[in-house]
Amino acid sequence: MAGLACDEGIEKMSRRSRHVRSKVMLGLTYAAAAMATLPLLFILVHLLREGAQYIRPGFFTQMPKPIGEPGGGMANAIVGTLMLISIASLIGLPVGIGAGLYLAERRGAPLATAVRFLSDVLNGLPSIVMGIFAWEFLVKPVGHFSALAGGIALGAMMIPLVTRTTEEMITLVPVSLHEAALALGYSRWRTSLTIVLRTALPGIVTGALVAIARIAGETAPLLFTALGNQFWSTSLREPVAALPLQIFTYAITPYDTAHGQAWAGALVLIVVVLTISMLARFATRSRFRAGTD
Amino acid sequence: MTDASARLSAKQWFSAERIAESLKAARYGDRAYTAVTTAFAVLIPLLLLLIAISITIAAWPALSQFGWSFITQSEWNVGAGKFGAAPAIYGTLVSSAVALIIATPLALGVSIFLSEIAPKWLRQPVGFLVDLLAAIPSVVYGLWGVFVLIPLLRDPVGPFLSDTLHLGKTPLFSGPNYGYSMLAAGIILAIMILPFISAVTREVLLAVPRSQREAALALGATRWEMIRDAVIPYARSGIIGGIILGLGRALGETMAVTMLIGNRPEISASLFAPGYTMASLIANEFSEATSDLHVSALMAVGAVLFAVTLIVNALARWLVWRVTRASRR
Repeated sequence: MAGLACDEGIEKMSRRSRHVRSKVMLGLTYAAAAMATLPLLFILVHLLREGAQYIRPGFFTQMPKPIGEPGGGMANAIVGTLMLISIASLIGLPVGIGAGLYLAERRGAPLATAVRFLSDVLNGLPSIVMGIFAWEFLVKPVGHFSALAGGIALGAMMIPLVTRTTEEMITLVPVSLHEAALALGYSRWRTSLTIVLRTALPGIVTGALVAIARIAGETAPLLFTALGNQFWSTSLREPVAALPLQIFTYAITPYDTAHGQAWAGALVLIVVVLTISMLARFATRSRFRAGTD
Repeated sequence: MTDASARLSAKQWFSAERIAESLKAARYGDRAYTAVTTAFAVLIPLLLLLIAISITIAAWPALSQFGWSFITQSEWNVGAGKFGAAPAIYGTLVSSAVALIIATPLALGVSIFLSEIAPKWLRQPVGFLVDLLAAIPSVVYGLWGVFVLIPLLRDPVGPFLSDTLHLGKTPLFSGPNYGYSMLAAGIILAIMILPFISAVTREVLLAVPRSQREAALALGATRWEMIRDAVIPYARSGIIGGIILGLGRALGETMAVTMLIGNRPEISASLFAPGYTMASLIANEFSEATSDLHVSALMAVGAVLFAVTLIVNALARWLVWRVTRASRR
């Protein structure tokens, strides 16, 4: 009898300790969640505190002053970044969407499996490797840095991102829609482009936005291609300024005024990038809600 | 339907010739469509191949001159024409390891929180905030690191680790602490790869079937025991895949690391010491490289980095694919 009571006691104790342990571990996951979200808030708050004071209309319209002098803006870098994004989109979007269509329509084909896998591998390629590749392939042969080379490097980085989101979005289009179009006598290519692609378009636009947000902040692929430029240039064949490059250049100088400009540039960059990311996020969310409810 | 075709009579409309003609047109259209999408799809492997080949060719002079000593030698002396990438390889591995040690438990904790524990209303916003970390450009992390993280490491954190915790006696935290260090790079990398690990981990945790959880609870497990014994083992290879994916990111990360690691090609056991990574070595020296051998040596560093990330990413994708495929069946 005594032994049994003792066992029960132990069991009661251990049950309590197990529940305590469970509570503690679950509490730790709360702590992890808090710690994981804190850096973002720290960075955003600091950017606002340091950068906001330098954001004046002149920042968007003026040229940069020589490093070390106060004032000036980043007009050329903003235009340069827009140029680079445009070139990249001209390459990355058609190729990515085309490849995504292929992957979605040939799900099981060996080539599709290989392309899907390799596009994931390409997505993981370090951006600096893309940079030296673009230098070797586009800058070295012609003998000078250029906006075109930078844009192409960024475009190549966009391809795998756009490919995979396009594929995912197209797989979400009901097969019945596809079949209905074919049954009505539509040819395959018209079905794909005017029915399937159009239905998936909002999702694909979202994917494109995410890709653009990612390359807009890329610096490493531009270091040896677009190079950066202190002057106004919109020529495709000349080095061009870009926001991330300008931030980097200013950040590594010893001058406080340059640091201020770097913070302001970073604030502008992050507002643009986060706005695009959030737009993309909310666009897909409302879409999926509409689809599943 | 064009005007011309609208004017055709029904007989003409359904005539064998017309049908044959439109089928032919459709066939050509289909062929062209297939050709174009296939070409775009094939472009991806081709691009990867082109990158591999052109970097290998560019790296060849250095690789053939130094052979294996390129990755074992630790002297990187541009003036003397000696190029040993060991410090950069060491720095890449150590900074990534530090990042994984910090980021893995956090990412796992967040993912468990988001998939198992958090009340519904909290899941979306917290998940969103963690995901946003991935949207911040590397150069902005670098800027923040230089002006916020480094001063913090110099003053309260460094002395706390070495003096208050007496870790200064271990080789890991010995020596002077300037802030610019392997530790700084590791911490910033941890923040940067956290969203990637947690995104994959969350996905594989959500792929664990409900029955797995219910069975554990029915056997009297507490919630933590359920997570530890029923959920995590089921998702294990996917979680490892997510961690390796984060490793792939950390290995190739360039700008933030270049701004924080101190850029000194030396191997030191101390995390307080400055170091170099393969990516930051290229970023720093490439535009100033004048001799052909120097350029080629940097290309060789790029080739090594490319090979390492290729293997790491392929491994990660395979592991994640195994789990998500099993759950889709």
